[in-house]
Parts: sequence; structure tokens; C-alpha cells
Amino acid sequence: MARDLPVRDIAVVAFGQTDHRRTSEELSEVEMLMPVLHDVLAQTGLKTTDIGFTCSGSSDYLAGRAFSFTLALDGVGAWPPISESHVEMDGAWALYEAWTKLLTGDADTALVYSYGKSSPGPLRDVLTRQLDPYYVAPLWPDSVALAALQAQALIDAGDTDEPALAAVAVRSRDVAATNSHAQLQGSVPQGEYVVRPLRTGDCPPIGDGAAAVILAAGERARELCERPAWIRGIDHRIEAHGLGVRDLTDSPSTRLAAEKAGAFERPVDTAELHAPFTSQEVVLRKALKLEGGVRVNPSGGALAANPVMAAGLIRIGEAAARIHRGESDRALAHATSGPCLQQNLVAVLEGDPR
Amino acid sequence: MSKEPVAVVGVGQTKHVAARRDVSIAGLVREAAQQALDDAELSWSDIDAVVIGKAPDFFEGVMMPELYLADALGAVGKPMLRVHTAGSVGGSTALVAANLVAARVHGTVLTLAFEKQSESNAMWGLSLPIPFQQPLLAGAGGFFAPHVRAYMRRSGAPDTVGSLVAYKDRRNALKNPYAHLHEHDITLEKVQASPMLWDPIRYSETCPSSDGACAMILTDRAGAARAPRPPAWMLGGAMRSEPTLFAGKDFVSPQAGKDCAADVYRQAGIADPRRDIDAVEMYVPFSWYEPMWLENLGFAAEGEGWKLTESGVTELDGDLPVNMSGGVLSTNPIGASGMIRFAEAALQVRGQAGEHQVDRARKVLGHAYGGGSQFFSMWLVGSESPDA
Repeated sequence: MARDLPVRDIAVVAFGQTDHRRTSEELSEVEMLMPVLHDVLAQTGLKTTDIGFTCSGSSDYLAGRAFSFTLALDGVGAWPPISESHVEMDGAWALYEAWTKLLTGDADTALVYSYGKSSPGPLRDVLTRQLDPYYVAPLWPDSVALAALQAQALIDAGDTDEPALAAVAVRSRDVAATNSHAQLQGSVPQGEYVVRPLRTGDCPPIGDGAAAVILAAGERARELCERPAWIRGIDHRIEAHGLGVRDLTDSPSTRLAAEKAGAFERPVDTAELHAPFTSQEVVLRKALKLEGGVRVNPSGGALAANPVMAAGLIRIGEAAARIHRGESDRALAHATSGPCLQQNLVAVLEGDPR
Repeated sequence: MSKEPVAVVGVGQTKHVAARRDVSIAGLVREAAQQALDDAELSWSDIDAVVIGKAPDFFEGVMMPELYLADALGAVGKPMLRVHTAGSVGGSTALVAANLVAARVHGTVLTLAFEKQSESNAMWGLSLPIPFQQPLLAGAGGFFAPHVRAYMRRSGAPDTVGSLVAYKDRRNALKNPYAHLHEHDITLEKVQASPMLWDPIRYSETCPSSDGACAMILTDRAGAARAPRPPAWMLGGAMRSEPTLFAGKDFVSPQAGKDCAADVYRQAGIADPRRDIDAVEMYVPFSWYEPMWLENLGFAAEGEGWKLTESGVTELDGDLPVNMSGGVLSTNPIGASGMIRFAEAALQVRGQAGEHQVDRARKVLGHAYGGGSQFFSMWLVGSESPDA
């Protein structure tokens, strides 16, 4: 017997985010998060006690302390007790967990949030602790160096060149001028090499920020949002960790996730890609077969604001918000994790036909 | 709409020890996963997705170790989720995996939890001070001891009850080949004579620090039909959270624990847990938490839990055995401890628990908690399928 397919329509009905900034040292994580939680609840008129399931994404290593997410829960106001869970991942994966929870029928609404403060520590060093702890991490190869390996592989393969990468940077920050939350807006000099071939402009800003989304199922979604952004498909895939066994010029996990999410069934009009480095947009465009007619990263993408652990959820939120506003009918959102696009999530969102 | 029934068809765990110096973290998790696959007579290619959990990344000093573990767990090309809900994480991880099956997103899922505490120092992993926040007072015992004292005062329990639990769990552990502590010469007198660490908690009433991993294969109705050994069926599962610290919090019997249990019982059609549930694998890192959780989970009225313990009801041959495997008191790879409770509950209803098997264990509760008694996850598994 073939397995039954998921039968519930689930939509993003609200999205909120902070203004992303280089530092927010005057705020605790809870204080940074609170306004965003209030924002999405206000958009829907829901209270914490109305929410069926809550899920968050964050990383202890950014906070520099164990169990950092336990304090964020205080901001949610988990009293009376709530049905709640947490992934030590970008909030996009928290959204995935919430989506499966709604599919089971155990809840009709879900609050998803994530946050990251990169300012307390040297982010490039911190991210080296993600690597194989025995063979790679002791060498401290940092996140820019690893991305540079990927960029050089792309250039060597003839997939891009430095001027093309610079053009990605310029376009991202130019469109970010319309995004009041973005950290880098407008003309930003391409700058010196950080690690060849990547220049300052090819790298994301380091910053602090938070984001939240509310999901709702079926009729509940229509009650809460004039034009819900229906999740038509969502899938994520991981690749091998070792860079030596991967073709860095390609992203088979993104392609597979997109296929499983139904991204290739019909063209999308918008794509929000989590590509912290200009070179990674080149890889993702190829894996996702994005043609010229698709608006890529109208928010400015991760090159304009990259609060680690929230940047992926923001891509889903930005794509959904465009559908809410009627600026998109079918959008693709992508999130990534790990060195050189190791793990990738793809969601396909649609508005009701107009 | 209806959910797909979820079955446990494979269980694996490592021999838990203070330090597994012979394997890397990847080697440790691979061992438990391979055992679970062998139990289910499945291969890596039968697995659709991997859900992994562990307690804080600081315990091993690796940020988001699931990235590095993707290869070892056969996850390349598959979805991989990483759950972290403090000490309850092993249970939560199993529930997230179960939801993937229940939602019919995937047919067969590998779920695994681990901790390799020897690679780091859990004491300091838990004690990173930040401004304006109470540190955990040099380890978890310092945090929980005052709440045990509050329970004793509230219930009037004699101060001998904690040692009875420790003595029982350590004897049960002797029947479990995977348990960390095998104290062959254990006596009640030895427990009672052990040094006082955090009054009223004695050394022998605390959990060890272990290296270990636990894995389960969860599958749907069709997968269960193909299973070579009896499956355990999930009859109910839930998570509940409440804030760490606030004026209205009852640390002795948190509301989140009560609500979580009530939700599980509702799903499973349990009217009277004391009568309808045959055994419990309960998260008891400090011995006094057995009587405390007996009350919180509805097996005894408030203030009465210690009487069940004292009268031998929770012994392996008692009327409501608790922690047949030896429990967290005998084995504590923190991130895996909750999943071990869930997995041991499954082993019992499958009749696969070996020497610590309870006769006629048809419905068994697996329980986990974490943080400052703020996160709870539980499941009830049974030998009969929910639609049988």
C-alpha cells in the first residue's frame, strides 16, 4: 500500500524580524527577541496561549553558554505550560519541525522563532568549531577561508569570475536599500581581499538579529491572514562533511531538496536564497535552475544581513511576506547550514490564485 | 484527519562507560545506530531520515556536531534534524522523529542521541557564568538539592527513601549489560554511608557521567508489518515546557510535567495510570526524584509517592516497577539519557529487555525532563497497535 500523502494545507501567516545590526550588546537575547514575538502575535491577533506548538532554532556556541535557549523561552511567556521544542539549527529547520507537527493534526497554529548574536565572539573562529573535531577543527580553518576554497573552485571551473561576484554583491546591497531591516544597504565598496578570491564585499556582514514566523493550518490560516503563503513543499538534505569528498561547484543536496519540495514542477517568480557569500549564489542558482525571470533575493539576502541561525528563517519569512503583499504568487525559499553549503533546505510557497 | 501509527522496530545502545577512549564521537554513534538497524534487520538504505539529539554542544566542544556526523550516520543525501531541549532532549528527539512518521512525511526514520562526556568537562560545560543570571551552582546537584529538601518537608517523607531508590536502581543495573555502573558489592548501608554531596543528596544517590549512545528505528504500519521482532507501538507522546524561574513555579511538581503526562494519557486512553500502566522508565538523576515524579506523573497522590517507593512497589518485582534498566542513576550520557528511557520502555513491551524484563509489560511509560525542571517529554508505548 502506498503511503498516504500529507493532507493538510499549512501556511506562513505572519513574519517579523529585528533590524539587524553589527552589535546589540545592550540587549540580552530575550530582549532582542521579545519585540519580534510581539510583532507576529499582533499581526495575527493571537496570544501565546492560542498557539498550538512553539519551536525555536539557535546555537549555544554563539551565546557562549550552554542551554542559552532556555532563557529565550521566558520571552515567549511559557505559562501556562506550552507544547514546545528546539533545534540546535537555523530557524528554518525549526519551521520544518513545526510544519510536521501541524501535519499530524496535533496543532493548528505554530510559533517559530530563531535568533543569533554574533557580536559576543569572533564569528569566523567560532564557526571553525563546527568542523570535524579530530582532523579539521584543530587547524582552525575559518568560514571565509572555506568559502574562498569554494569560490576558487568555481572560478577554476569557469562558472564565474571576480567581476561577476562583485555584481552579485552590488545587486544585493542595492535592493537592500528598500529593506529597512538590512544591515548593509546601498553602495558598499567591494574592498580588499579577505581570503583570495573573496573580497570584503563578497562576504556577509557579521551581525545580531532575530526573526519569527507564525504557521497555521487550513481554514485557520485564512482567518489569520488575508493572503496566506501556503507551503506547497518543504524538504532538506545534508551532504558529506568532508570538503575533499564534495564537488564544491555543485550543490546536489539543494537540488534534491528542491525536487522533493516540488520546486521544479512550475516556475517560481521569486527566490530568497541563503547565500552568505557571493560565490554561493552562483552555486545555488545552478542547482535550483533559476532563470533570468526570477527575482533573486529582493530583500538583499544574506549579503545584506546574516544573523547566524536566523538568516535561513528570514528567507522563508521574506518569501512569505512577498506573497502576503501580493508581490509574488509562487516563491522559493532556501536555507543553508554548515561549511560550503553542506546542508540545505528548500521551501516552495504559493498564494491563492488572484 | 488521522495520524499514521508509529512503531519502534529497532533499538540499539552502546555499553555505557565513563570514557570510551577506543572510539571517536562518530564511532560511538555508529555503534548504536548499527545495533538498532541489526535489531530491525534493516540496512542504511532503508532509512529515509535521521533525527539526532544531544545536550549542550559544550559537552564535547563541537558546535552542531550533526554536521560532522552526517557521514557516520548514513545521512548523506537524506534529511537530518538536530534537536536540543536540555536533559529532556533524548525523549524530544524520539518524538520529533515519531512525528515525521505520524505525519506521513517519511516511512522509516533513524533517531539517535548521544553524549561523550569524556571528551570534555560537563561540570564546566554547565557552569559558564554570564551576568545577571544564577549559575547552576557547581553542577546540577546544587540546583536540585533545595527542591528535594522542599519535597521532604512538604511530604513528610523519612530521609531514608532516597537511599532505597539508589540501592534498587543500582541492583537493577546489574541485570542490564549496557548499564554504566555495575556495583556488584552494593548494599543499602554503603549507599547510606556514602559522602553527602549536596545535602540531602549523597554521592551514591547521584548519576554518573557516561559516554554512550542510544538509537531507535521508527516506522509506519507497513514497516512494522515487515519487522522481524515484535514492534513497540507508540500510544501517546507529548512535550511541555515552562519557564525556568518565576514566582509561581512549583519546583517539586512542575505543572509542565503534569500537563505532559495528562496529554500522553489522553492520547493513549489511560484513565488511571497506577492501574493501566505496567512499568515506568523515569528520568531520575538524583534518587529522590523517583517519589517526586511518581506524584507528578499521577501514579500517587501528592505527598504519597515516597510510600510507593518505601513499600517496594517500584522494585523490579513490584507492582509498578520503575527504572528496570538501572535508570539514569546507573547510566547518564546526558543527551542520550532521555532516549534510553524511551528505548527501554520499548524493549519492555517488545519482551526484549533480557534479565531486567518485567512480566506482562504491555504498556510502559518513558519519561524525560530537562533544564531547571522546565522541559518534559514522554511517550507511552504498548505491545498492541493503537488500531488493533
